[in-house]
Order: sequence, then C-alpha cells, then structure tokens
Amino acid sequence: MTHRRSIRTLGAGLWSCVIYGATQVRAAPFNQDAIAAAGPQAAHIAHLWNVMLAVCLAVFIGVMVALAIAIIRAPQGNSATPPDSDALAREERPASRAVVLAVLASTAGLALVFLASVHAERALAGMDRTGALHITLTGHQYWWEAQYDDPAPAQVFSTANELHVPVGRPVIFTLLSDDVIHSFWVPNVHGKKDLIPGHSATFDLRVDQPGTYRGQCAEFCGYQHAHMALLVVAEAPDEFDRWAQRQRQPAAEPAAPDTKRGRDVFLASTCAMCHAVSGTTASARKAPDLTHLASRSTLAAGTLPNKPENLARWIEDPQRYKPGVNMPPHALPPQDAQALVAWLGTLQ
Amino acid sequence: MSDATIPVGALDGARRSDDAAEDSGWAGPGGLVGWLGTIDHKRIGRRFIVTAFLFFAAGGFLAALMRLQLAVPDSGFIGPDRYNQIFSTHGTIMMFLFAVPIGQAMAVYLVPLMVGARAIAFPRMVAFAYWVYLFGGVMLLVALVLNIGPDAGWFSYVPLAGPQFGIGKRSDFWAQLITFTEVSGLMVAVSIIATTLKMRAPGMSLDRVPLFVWAMVVTSTMILFAMPAVMLASTMLITDRLVGTHVFNAAEGGDPLLWQHLFWFFAHPEVYFIFIPGLAIVSSIVATFARRPVFGYPAVVLSLIATGFLAFGLWVHHMFATNVPELGKSFFTAASMAIAIPTAIQLFCWITTLWHGRINLKTPLYYVLGFFFVLTLGGLTGIMLAAVPLDLQVHDTYFVVAHLHYVLIGGAVFPLLGGVVYWFPKIIGRTMDERLGRLSFWLFFIGFNVTFFPMHILGLAGMPRRVYTYAGESGWGPLNMMSSIGALMIAASLLLYVFNVVRGALQGPSAGVDPWGGGTLEWSTASPPPAHNFDAMPVVGGREPLWESNGIAGSVVNLGMKDREVLITSVVEAKPHHRELFPCATTWPFFTAIGTTILFIASIFTPWAVVWGSPLVALLATCWWWPSLAEARRHREVEVPSQ
Repeated sequence: MTHRRSIRTLGAGLWSCVIYGATQVRAAPFNQDAIAAAGPQAAHIAHLWNVMLAVCLAVFIGVMVALAIAIIRAPQGNSATPPDSDALAREERPASRAVVLAVLASTAGLALVFLASVHAERALAGMDRTGALHITLTGHQYWWEAQYDDPAPAQVFSTANELHVPVGRPVIFTLLSDDVIHSFWVPNVHGKKDLIPGHSATFDLRVDQPGTYRGQCAEFCGYQHAHMALLVVAEAPDEFDRWAQRQRQPAAEPAAPDTKRGRDVFLASTCAMCHAVSGTTASARKAPDLTHLASRSTLAAGTLPNKPENLARWIEDPQRYKPGVNMPPHALPPQDAQALVAWLGTLQ
Repeated sequence: MSDATIPVGALDGARRSDDAAEDSGWAGPGGLVGWLGTIDHKRIGRRFIVTAFLFFAAGGFLAALMRLQLAVPDSGFIGPDRYNQIFSTHGTIMMFLFAVPIGQAMAVYLVPLMVGARAIAFPRMVAFAYWVYLFGGVMLLVALVLNIGPDAGWFSYVPLAGPQFGIGKRSDFWAQLITFTEVSGLMVAVSIIATTLKMRAPGMSLDRVPLFVWAMVVTSTMILFAMPAVMLASTMLITDRLVGTHVFNAAEGGDPLLWQHLFWFFAHPEVYFIFIPGLAIVSSIVATFARRPVFGYPAVVLSLIATGFLAFGLWVHHMFATNVPELGKSFFTAASMAIAIPTAIQLFCWITTLWHGRINLKTPLYYVLGFFFVLTLGGLTGIMLAAVPLDLQVHDTYFVVAHLHYVLIGGAVFPLLGGVVYWFPKIIGRTMDERLGRLSFWLFFIGFNVTFFPMHILGLAGMPRRVYTYAGESGWGPLNMMSSIGALMIAASLLLYVFNVVRGALQGPSAGVDPWGGGTLEWSTASPPPAHNFDAMPVVGGREPLWESNGIAGSVVNLGMKDREVLITSVVEAKPHHRELFPCATTWPFFTAIGTTILFIASIFTPWAVVWGSPLVALLATCWWWPSLAEARRHREVEVPSQ
C-alpha cells in the first residue's frame, strides 16, 4: 500500500530531522546540557529522567496500542448505524474489568515514579557539605555578581559572570537579587534555584568533572534575559587556589604610558561611576567588578568573547549587542578608547 | 421540594395552548437595536465563538512572528523590547482571550440546547459578559499595536511587572485585561451553572445530564473559585502601581512570592478549566462516532469532579525553584501526579467505548484520535514535571513550552477543532467538506508535532524560555529551524480549515436536523435552531434521549411562546417547579459594558476613574434593571397561579 509507505517515509524523515538536531545540540561548543551530568546532583536527576522516560514511554505505547486495536477491531459504522443504546442497560463486565485493571496499573506506575522522585530528592538533599566553599551570588539585570566568602575579611573577593570552583569540593551558594527575580541554572551541574528580592536562598552543588560549564538565567528578567549567562570553570583544587589567590590581588600600577592613560580615562569618565577596580579609587558596585576582567573568557555576561576588538566595540555602543542593558554608550576619542582597552587588557 | 412541583401538563390548564412558532415572542427586535441588544444565547454564543477564534488568530500570528525570530540563531528580525511584548501578549491572548472564553462560548451556545431549555439563565448578563470580553480584548490588541503592550509575560511576575521595574503603563494594561476577562468569565460561569441546575427539561435528572454539560458545570464551578484569586492579585498589582501600596514590595514588608501564590492558585486550575471543555467535546464526539453511549458514565462524571477538586491542590509545582520547604514540595508532587488518575480513567473509558462501538471514522473523530496521541504525551511530560528534581532542571525551559502546548493544544484545541466540525451543521445548517477536513487535520497534526516535539530536546539541552535570541554556538539552531517550519505547517493547516469553514457556510450541503445521528437533545431541533430552540420543549426519558426508545417521553405543553415563558425545574430530578417569564431584549447591557470599559481603562491612568466611573456604571445598570410596569403585570399573571 503506497499510502502506508508514504506515511512511514514521512515519519522516518521527521525522526531523522529530530536525531540530526539532537546530535547538533550534543556537538555544540557550549556545555549546557541537563543530561550530560558533570556532578553528583545532575547525575541523580539524569538517572531519574531515565527512569521516568522508560515508565512514561511504556504507558504511552500501551495506550496507543490499545487505541489502535480499538479502532481496528471495531466494526465500521456510519451516521445511520442504529446506536447501541442497550449498552445503557447492559452490565459490561469484561470492559469494566479491563478499565479497572488499566487504572490500577497506571496508579502503580505513578506510585513507582513518585517513589523514584522522592528518592532522588533525598539524594539531592543528603549531599555531604563538609569543607564547603561559600559563594554569595547576587543577580542583577543582566549580570551575575559573585562574592567568594571567607571568615577572614582579607580573603574575600568579588568577581562577575565567571565562577571558578574546585573539582570534588561542595560549594554552598547564598542566592540574592538586587532587582527582579532571576534564576541560577547550570544544567550540567544541577537544577535551578530562584534569586528573589527580599528572600535569600541557599543552594549547593558539586562538580566532579573538570571543565567549563555554561549557565543562563532561567527566570524571565527583562530585556536582556537572553544574554544573562555565566560560566562555571571547574578545575583541580591547586589550580583553583592559584586562581583565587590572583583574584584577591588588586590591579597592578600600569607600567606603560598608554595603559596609564587608559586607567586615567577610566577613572575620569563615567566608567568609574558603576564599576569597581580594586587598587584604584573606582569602587562602585552597580556593575561588574573589573579588577580581573582580562582573566575572564567572555564580556557582558556571556554575550561576546573577551577580545580587545570586542571590548572596544562594546564600550562604544553596548546597546548594539545587548539592547536594553543598563550600560550607556561611550563616544570616547579614539586614542582614549584605545588606551582604555589596553589598560583593561592588563587586568589579569 | 417535591410538594411544590407541578405535574407537567397541568400548568395552568386551559389558559393557553402551545403557540405556533410564527407567534413566537422569542425572535426579538431586528435591526441594529436587535443586533446590539440580543439576549438569544445562540446569537451571543456564535459571536463569542467567532470572537474567540479571531483572538486565536491574533495570538497565532504573534506565535508565528516569534518562530520567525527564533528560526536562526542571533537573528535581528525582532528586538528584545518588541519580542517581550509579543510573547507576553501571545500568552495573555491564548490563556485569557481564547482558551477560557472559547470553552465558555461553546457552553453558551450548546448547554441550553443540550438540556432542552428554551434559553440560557440570566441572558442579559451573558450579553454584558460578551461585550466586556470583546472590549477588553480589543484594548489589549490596541496597546500592543501602539507599542505599549504588556512585556512582563502572561504571568506578570513582580517586581518585574511592579512599579519599580515595569515601565510605562504596559503592565497596567495587562492587569486591567485580567479584570475585563474575569468579570466576563465569572458571569458566564454563573449563567451556565444556573441554566444546568434549574432549567433542564423535565425528566433530565442529574444522572441523565449529558457528559458535555457535566464537564461545563465543573469548568464553571472551578472558574467561580479560581478567578477571584487572580482578580485580587491583579487589583493589588494595579494599586501598587497606581497609588503606591506596597503589597509586593519586599523593601517595604511586601512579598513578591505572594504574587506567585495568588497567581498560580488561579492559573493552575485554569489549565484544567481550559482542557475540561475539551474533554466535554471528546465525550460528545466519541459517543456519536462510536455509535454507542460513553462507557462508564458515572466514572467519567466523578473523574471530572475529582479533577476539579484536585486542580486546586497543585499550584506550587510552578514554584519548585523558589524556596518552598522540601516537605511541602513532596505534597504537591503527589497531588500533581494524582490528578493524572481521573484523566486516565476518562481516557480508558473512551478507548473502551471505541473498542465496543461501531466506528464512523469522520473528521471530528480524527481530531479526537489526535487528541489522544497529543494529550497522552503532554500528560506524561506533566508527570515528569511533577517530580521536583526533574522539574528543577526543565522548569522555565523549552521542555515546559513543549509540555504546555501538548496539553493545551492537545487537550483543548484538537477537540475544539473537531467540535466545530461536529456542531457546524447544527449552528450553520450546512456541513463542512469531509476531504478538506481530513487534509487540514493531517496537516495540523503533523505540523503540531514538528513544531513542538523538538522543544522537549531543546529544553533538556539547556534552552531557557522567553529568550528573544540565542547564540549559534549553542547548537540549538537546527531544532529551532525545524520547529519554525512546523509552525508554518500549522498556519497552513488552519488557513485550510478556515477555508473549509467559509466554503461550508456558503455552499456546503444542507445538513438536516441530525446529520451525524447524535443522541443528545440539540440534534432534535432544526439546524440552525429557531430562536425558541425547540418547537415543543421535550420531556426526557433517558440519558441519550434521541437513541432510546423512550428517550423523549413527551413534551411540555402550555408554555407560552409569545410571552417567552421558561420552565424552571428542580436541581436533582428536574421536576417542573414553576414557570418564569423571560426578560426582553435590551441594549442596556451593551451600554453598561461601555461604561464599565470606560471605568476600567481610565483607571489605568488615574485612581479618580474609580470615583467617577462607579456612578456612571451604577446609572447605566439602573437603567438596565429599571422595572417596566407592563412586564411586572405580566409576571404576576403568569407566575402566580390564579386560585
């Protein structure tokens, strides 16, 4: 039958499109995938996903097969077929039994997935938190502020949009918001948690596989919700310690004349009204801390790769890349702009 | 109660005989006054249905714009400001101006016919509800076109929609739209409940009420309990924005989470009262096209009622990512999973009905089969979302976008499109083309799955909702492109569907009274039904009146046509109780709706609108209710039995 064959061809064609799309997602440079777990929590959730997918697929197939049999076995009728109104009076015993069995089976299936869900929840809640690293993460329209907490005030430091964490060590986040509701989500590592103004939430995670994982704000937060990303770099503990030590250092005194000029431009222009660079007089907290800007791999919360030419364009007209962002355009004289970018490039 | 009932046929004996249709007082005046002032539930219902479909088209157009923007990564077709307005308005239209009203619109048209009544209860209120709904919807579209449409999502979370971050009047338009639609929705709900409980044909005891009507009563009751929560919330939002109350302002002791609780306490039941009318349609179509009554009538009715109750116990599953205590979350997980059971019961009953039936495979049944496929998938992903750990991953991603479209389009739109084909002959008097109907079904079914299936994968691959663009490095491009192509297929299928509707209305073959061989009362009267619905009001003798040998046991005589008399029956057994004169057509509901619209829209801009608008509305409503001496006299004559 050509009819049936064309349906089969169509189905196969559509499936291969889906499979192709799914492989493209897997092959993408971004590590942002709930199924590719890089830590114990994401692994528990991915496991739960597999269980539920199996149960749900079985139920779906069961229902569809029953429906198909019903349609195929029932005799054909038409609008003039006399309706079977005796069915109202008849006791339809076998049919009742089948329905009751099906309902019991689905209830059992539901109980199974409920238990699986509770089990996964307990596993998530029961993660060992000893020796945890503490980070206070604050959401802003449209960037992330991270403060690495420490009992010794001198050890505390701030960064933005790129977190480094040691592999295998739990991290406890305190989540705050400065304006609207945001949601912190790094799918390879864990599910999400909202950052709600007026409430503080805690959230913990652990990354076991070294690598760079991308996360993105998951609660609609305004114009640039789409460009509010962050990176989590998981590295070996000693590498992490070196990174943290570097982050605690203030910016060095610029050596060359153009970088010196760049710093002066920064301090004399509107930049310093929102941004902080420790080691200088700029200490505003309305926008990302730039003390170690050059050590990060992206600009503007994951919007652009961190390259000097991108930085120059971004400073000149942020609205072009991130319309609605709170940073205004800056029409600096070309030499000043170059010097500024050069100085920012030294902030390792 | 039984003492007070009057046996049928003994209603004020010989005073009046059943007038001929020509002598009917039901037709109402003609011309513009008649058009604006009609209280005929069929004309209002038709209007309601057409208007809701026009809003569906508008919402669909916005969806197509979004799919064009998202077809390729880093697209510059629509900027974030426009995009946010478009997706917010798309959601708002689909939820508040299409999905809920269309179910109610079908009920306004069909419920009185199915229960064998001459008219709907409180017809002027239903007319008012329609106008308020229309004006509110137009306001939203005008705001969008003027670039001041809502831009904080259909859920308008504070503080993003609050006074500090919600710029201009955008969120105020959203909040007032809620007021418009809720006023309308509540009024129609009251009318449907009253019609069903008090105006059924004699003999239609509660265990003979058609499943369609049962579902509509459950829907209306849910609306009655759910809508006040969102009305309260949107009013608080307006006062926060307009007069500086701090209900949701954390800095002043308010709480943004309160908004979420109030909103979802409404919006989760809303999902169910969107799709229960879909179940209503499915029950009707399955019975007619399997040529037998639906198997397990009591189980289906009890499932509908259970769904109505459970739907109020699971709103927190939209808030698993906030800091709700863990134990509380488990409760909501259990409730969210439990609600699958009543839906499963109905699914199994329908499959059993088909199994033991003789199948007349026509377009409406195709849509119902599509419903089975799509809704089952959507229900199963819903169970996944009920599990807290999994929800934490896929919440607010495209996985949820896929899930909700599988549930809402599967649960409501598939049955609705089938239902329109099914009742089209009754409403228009002509039939739609069968081949075109099947073609548009297949195009819609394939297009739907091509659009929404890939979104499951996108969500698991980390794509959040409500983003106006995404980077090429994400790898989300191909699946998004596939989804956008599917959206075009949906658009094509719906255009074909509209063509089939128009063609059927203009030149379809004449339908006759009962083209499908249906069993419920609407198929016993002419197509389209006369203004007075039934030449003789039936006395019902069974659950499927047209199928059973004694299904229509007789007819009610002595109901005056000229004076528009309706029979009021008892709640449980539908025994005749008394008769009542129906009001006459009037344009005052229309003018009152205009006054109400002025009040609502002006209060977006100034709190004084409430002060000056209230007397205006009160004045118009007084004119509406002003008693006429002649009418009062006739009431006395007819309703008080002369001793």
